[in-house]
Amino acid sequence: MFSKKFILHFILIITGIITLAPFIWMLSASFMYDGHANVYPPRFFPDEFTLTQYTILFERLDVGRNFFNSLFLSATVTFVSLFFNSMAGYAFAKYRFKGKNQLFNLLLSSMIIPAQVTMLPLFLMLKSVGLINTYMAIIIPGMANIFGIFLIRQYVLSIPDSLIESARIDGASDFRIYRSIILPLAMPILVTLAIFTFMGTWNDFLWPLIALIDDSMYTLPVALANLMGEHSKDPELMMAGSVITILPVIVVFLALQKYYIKGIMMGSIKG
Amino acid sequence: MKTNFSAAYLFLTPALTAIFVFFFIPVIAAFIISFTDFDIYAINNYGTARFIGFNNYIALFNDSLFWTALKNTFYFVIVAGPLSIAVSLGAAMLLNSKLVKFKPIFRLTYFIPVVTTLVAVAIVWRFIYHPRFGILNYFLEFFGINPIDWLGDPNWAMPAIILMAVWKNFGYNMIIFIAGLQNIPEDLYEAATIDGANGWQKFKKITLPMLAPTTLFVSIITMIGFFQLFAEPYVMTQGGPLNSTLSIVQYMYQEGFRWWNMGYSAAIAFVLFFIIFIGTLIQFKLQKTLEA
Repeated sequence: MFSKKFILHFILIITGIITLAPFIWMLSASFMYDGHANVYPPRFFPDEFTLTQYTILFERLDVGRNFFNSLFLSATVTFVSLFFNSMAGYAFAKYRFKGKNQLFNLLLSSMIIPAQVTMLPLFLMLKSVGLINTYMAIIIPGMANIFGIFLIRQYVLSIPDSLIESARIDGASDFRIYRSIILPLAMPILVTLAIFTFMGTWNDFLWPLIALIDDSMYTLPVALANLMGEHSKDPELMMAGSVITILPVIVVFLALQKYYIKGIMMGSIKG
Repeated sequence: MKTNFSAAYLFLTPALTAIFVFFFIPVIAAFIISFTDFDIYAINNYGTARFIGFNNYIALFNDSLFWTALKNTFYFVIVAGPLSIAVSLGAAMLLNSKLVKFKPIFRLTYFIPVVTTLVAVAIVWRFIYHPRFGILNYFLEFFGINPIDWLGDPNWAMPAIILMAVWKNFGYNMIIFIAGLQNIPEDLYEAATIDGANGWQKFKKITLPMLAPTTLFVSIITMIGFFQLFAEPYVMTQGGPLNSTLSIVQYMYQEGFRWWNMGYSAAIAFVLFFIIFIGTLIQFKLQKTLEA
């Protein structure tokens, strides 16, 4: 009979194949000519390899523009929110001030409010100042977030007070301590949060769908969903679009997976 | 730590201002809007919106399409939630076995769907579910299963979305479960083995109780996330066929941003919030009773 070890690996490998099969099919269909993925039985490898779908996307459908939008917005939101969240997280971890615990608990408990609740007024607010259909419409609501503040606070709590005290005795200003002591020491959690924010912004769909109106302003997911309307019979083209959208996040994830996994574990430890 | 008011407030101001202005104020505004007849005319002139008390909520109660959206969303949460948690736990337990080689590779593989863009994978799955050319029906044929019109049949469309959601999400909870399993002391199992407990008994008497806090956390975040179902039906079915996959958020989006019935849409958003709130409370209560 099969050993326990064999059965275990067999199940794991089957699960792995099921997990990866959609991606393999996506990648392979993206390299096919029109109509070559609409066949029975399905092909798992291109019969004739071509980059024509990618050429159509970039030359005719101007997806490069959407790629830039996604990249620019994800990077900007990541940078700004990291700055804001780290300052607030540091203040919550290492300063004493009136109402600190109440404020922190209020923030934590409001994490249960689904973002969809805010979207109607947010749309009206941004519309009244002419920011709908601009990059600011995505950047502004992403400037700070409670989860980020929480994550940084948890980490900064573990930095010894004595380091901060001795810097203060040496005459370092508060901002200087934040910049030269806290930020370098908190680097692992900043990297983790950067990945979370970057991927979250890159993958976000509902808010960009609401806040961006013109094709040229769309992020990749919105552009892709829009494209699906006209090209629902073109799997090869849509798969190339999916590859372009998914590939950057997979690359970022594979490169920095240790930080990402650690962040999930930290987020799951209740504070 | 030295008390330094001004510095603390300077550090807090940027983030808290942003959160206050672009999160808390909108929440309150949405609550107020939900008691008005705010519509397309009010967008350009807020003055035309009138307070109508609970009329939006009463109208929702009598709106059969809203009930459909509610029913579909609950169907999704109640089936996909436990299913994805069970798969996550199963995968975590397999990967926690000492017999397994190349653990990091398996873990990484299972995690890849989690990080990928939902809209893009929903599009991929839309083609996977194609009744004639899709790879799923092709595989099922080997087991003698006749082709299923996954997204075209009102009875199959929601199961199809559930299947995809489980595939997409199980890796996330799996990671959290692995961490939870590693915190269970090995000697508990050894003692149970000496006492002659079998695998199932050990699972029921040691693994599950020891994992209870982890399971609570996992079920709450999964539930909150799944109640916000939107991109999958938007991309794969547009809520069809016959509204069988219309979700609460999708209905909110349509009412608010397609028909500009913002008062009505805000009421839908608050019902969603209310449901998530109650759901979280119930899970906490349930956990307390199980522990007692």
